[in-house]
Amino acid sequence: MTEKLLGYKGKALHFLKEVEAEVGDTIRVSKGKGTYEGVLIPRSEFSDGNHVVIKLKNGYNIGILVTQETKIERVGAGQKPTFSTSPLPKQQEELPEVTILSTGGTIASRVDYRTGGVRPALNANDLYSIVPELSEIATIKAEILYTVFSENITPKHWIKLAKEIAKNIKEGVAGIVVAHGTDTIGYTAAALSFALQNIPVPIVLVGSQRSADRPSSDAATNLIGAVTVASKAPFAEVVVAMHRTTSDKAIALHRGTKVRKCHTSRRDAFKSINTLPLAILEDGELRMLTQDYQRRNPKREVIVKPSFNEKVALVKFHPGLNRGVIDWYLDQGYEGIVLEGTGLGHVSSQCFATLRRAIAENCLVAMTSQCIWGRVNMNVYDTGRDLIKIGVIPLGDMLSETALVKIMWVLAQTKSVDEAKKLLAKNVTHEVSDRTVYQDYER
Amino acid sequence: MQVVVINYDKIGLKVGLEIHQQLSSEKKLFCNCKTELFKGEPETTFLRRLRPTQSELGQIDPAAFFEFQKGTQVLYEIERETSCLVEMDEEPPHNLNPEALKAALTISLMLNAEPVDEIHIMRKIVIDGSNTTGFQRTSIVSLGGVAEILGKSVSIQHVGLEEDAARKMGEDSRVLKYRIDRLCIPLVEIATSPVIKTPQQAQEVAFAVGRILRATNMVKRGLGTIRQDLNISIRDGALVEIKGVQELELISLVIENEAQRQLSLLRIRDELRRRNVKENEIGDDFVDVTSVFDNTKCKVVKAAIKDGKKVYAVRLPKFSGFLKEELTPGLRLGTEMADRARFWGHCGGIFHTDELPAYSITKEEVESLRLIMDAKEDDAVVFVAEETENAWDALKAVTLRAREALAKVPEETRTAKPDGTTRYMRPRPGAARMYPETDIPPIQISAEYLRNLRKNLPELPEKKMQRLTRDYKLNRKLAREILDSEFIKLFEEIVNQSKVSPTFAIVFLTETLKALKRDGIEVEKVSNQQLSELLRQVGAGRIAKEATSDIIVWLSKHKEADVTESIDALGLGMLSLTELQVIIDNTIRENHSLLAARGDKAFGILMGILMKQLRGRVEAKRLSEIVKKKLSKLK
Ligand SMILES: [Zn+2]
Repeated sequence: MTEKLLGYKGKALHFLKEVEAEVGDTIRVSKGKGTYEGVLIPRSEFSDGNHVVIKLKNGYNIGILVTQETKIERVGAGQKPTFSTSPLPKQQEELPEVTILSTGGTIASRVDYRTGGVRPALNANDLYSIVPELSEIATIKAEILYTVFSENITPKHWIKLAKEIAKNIKEGVAGIVVAHGTDTIGYTAAALSFALQNIPVPIVLVGSQRSADRPSSDAATNLIGAVTVASKAPFAEVVVAMHRTTSDKAIALHRGTKVRKCHTSRRDAFKSINTLPLAILEDGELRMLTQDYQRRNPKREVIVKPSFNEKVALVKFHPGLNRGVIDWYLDQGYEGIVLEGTGLGHVSSQCFATLRRAIAENCLVAMTSQCIWGRVNMNVYDTGRDLIKIGVIPLGDMLSETALVKIMWVLAQTKSVDEAKKLLAKNVTHEVSDRTVYQDYER
Repeated sequence: MQVVVINYDKIGLKVGLEIHQQLSSEKKLFCNCKTELFKGEPETTFLRRLRPTQSELGQIDPAAFFEFQKGTQVLYEIERETSCLVEMDEEPPHNLNPEALKAALTISLMLNAEPVDEIHIMRKIVIDGSNTTGFQRTSIVSLGGVAEILGKSVSIQHVGLEEDAARKMGEDSRVLKYRIDRLCIPLVEIATSPVIKTPQQAQEVAFAVGRILRATNMVKRGLGTIRQDLNISIRDGALVEIKGVQELELISLVIENEAQRQLSLLRIRDELRRRNVKENEIGDDFVDVTSVFDNTKCKVVKAAIKDGKKVYAVRLPKFSGFLKEELTPGLRLGTEMADRARFWGHCGGIFHTDELPAYSITKEEVESLRLIMDAKEDDAVVFVAEETENAWDALKAVTLRAREALAKVPEETRTAKPDGTTRYMRPRPGAARMYPETDIPPIQISAEYLRNLRKNLPELPEKKMQRLTRDYKLNRKLAREILDSEFIKLFEEIVNQSKVSPTFAIVFLTETLKALKRDGIEVEKVSNQQLSELLRQVGAGRIAKEATSDIIVWLSKHKEADVTESIDALGLGMLSLTELQVIIDNTIRENHSLLAARGDKAFGILMGILMKQLRGRVEAKRLSEIVKKKLSKLK
């Protein structure tokens, strides 16, 4: 597969190579009853090798089956796509400076209508031209840190991101925005919450649920919200900024340790679990929903602890779970296991022996609930009491994902199991609360 | 306005048709919602903004970009039966509905168009709010067909399969309201080449295509289920796109009007030039003239000023008299300006000196307005009462339209009104921006699938026509009537399986039902099943033809009732020969002297008396035969 014939393979690739056609060229395909002329379009790499795709003059794409009778001619050379950026809005120097770090989530993009390609914004100028409103909120410094799908992000990426953020904070920016794919944005937010403590300014992670190329995307609204918060919010915490409802009205700011993606596709997929969001941004006004938060203070010195131990697993218990799964982790030398138990925090007694082994081997075993909402309580039923006796640590109302990240972080801060247990018990960054008030689940 | 017969050949009329027909598939094109519309209040609403995507800037649909800059929002109304997360753009589309695809391919083959090997769904950018995504999902299913229409062949550019748009429910200031029940209902689009030369021909083509569509039995019927867009141009005029002609019968009138409108605009242009009006003299100098109307009696202006709005005016040099020039019936140059002002300024309308004094605006007010505006006798003055920003946008639109009047017929998109006239809708969008819908994999059409489809194609309307006239001994008019109706399939079933006269069945299914509907009877409440049963009973001689209307009226009020029940309820059972003879004998006896006195006229009188008494319980023909026999015996 070559760049010039993107996605083509098999017979189609052979035919196109013969006439030296490239994506973007005008070609004429004749077969049997018809002749079709149009611009050669890249083919999806998941499609077969028997069709050539062209864009007709009226803008539509069609696929033409290549057979023995097919004739392909190259009629004209393609034009390289040029994006004429509209004149950039004037930079207002007195505005606060915000750094936007991109990790691969496409928060802004343009469409090349000629070939159908969607290109992400690459720099601050791109961002300004796509979302001109940004220039009225802040002066932007944009940087692409890496380009990976959200599901391919690992603790190594968290470390690099945390260090980069710390560097920018020390340079004195008013706030940080991290553009991130939504699938694992919650994990990254939790990781940054532990790795960067005592932060002087807000760190705002932002993504989009509906692709940035579509006019209806939530990307721009979320980004504008994120930059607004980064530049002027009164708090200095790690938050995720996403749509509060399906409407383009309000942006909810969720604490990095309490946020979870609760829907596969909706704009308002992100919810603060077991708590309210930290704040709501609506019509340019930021409304704090609690007074218990760290105030913005540019003079505060950030504490950077960017290390994570990757030998930690999150195991979801289910009826019939083979305890051999947990044994396997122990055989691999895992040092921490988060059990996502049923209800108040239970796993079957079948697992007890293996859990005893884990504790004996100095593996940190902690319990969260797969109910998502509510806190674990292992004093109510026998199983819970047994687990406590074995040495499983209940984690209160902590999210399973946050628990995983926290233990990864804890086990990188100390070698001592006792120290680790102490750190795990401590509420480091609002990841756990001792009080749950009645509220609607979905808020 | 001068009414002249237009020689369409001479003015170089060119028309292309785009026919959009909703399919009757059970589910929507990319999700499993019902293809129905909801009545009443929405369950909930949500609010969105559509952002023109990059690389559109510059070449973007200017109206949409303007709206975006103004912060226009769209309020969508939803209800759970008719829309889901897909229509809300909160969930990716599901795979293309195979039932809809089958319909589109069937239609393609009937129009002799060549299906493409692989269908690619495209996203066509539409940011007027009618699509929650900001684009319409659309595709080409086949290319290059030929429709044989009255011996002439009309070339088809393509047959497309696409989703219908949301329904606009209204707007207030900068919030547009749409209902998304209609969004994603499958539509086939049939686009002809712009080769149609007369209004009449366009209408015939549309009718013929409509018949082919209906012949598939895969399309919806009724108002709003078929919409025609017309691309109309004349030599020296402009390409004007007219959207949403809902009745086929209107097509020729819409085209005649549009040709007339363009001719009128060209004539006005020439007259303006003769009057030596200059484009650069029409400036955007808007003057606050609120003080003129301090004590006005004009309700609209008074209310606006009370609301804190202002009256702004602009002078159109040497335009006096032109604003009231009629372009087509009911449409003046002033109307065109008002429509532009409404669109760009979201204002209620404009006032202009060509129509004043009127609307309780006095001569004195007009005079002081003219004085302030420094308007000479042959100048026109236009004003609006609005908030400043909207007022300026409105007046800018007016002056732009005035300058255009001097230069050309503007290219624009217009909406068809039910009376066949058209009104300004928006500027013509730039070249369609399309890119692939990557959430739906391309769909390959196998040769095998097409072979099967070809084998089972529905009968073409022309062929069916021949068969109907031949098999059921119908004249062309009757055959046409049933062919164009929604009952063609039912008709054939009934006449093939019963003894009812085909002619009676057609008259009943078309004219009788229509007449009853006109009288306010809810005939649509009578099911096909009931209609069929009724006609079979007529065929079996158990119901008199004369009784059918009464039975329909009864059935329309008794859902799911049996036809037999209606006969009992209405006392319309057919009389036996013996019963009949007794009644006739009695009647003759009772009226003996009268009948004897009238001699030859006795038959008519007797029939009159009997029919009044027996209507619906005996066939008139049968009754007359018996009466004749009885009377002849009397003599
Ligand atoms: Zn749906």
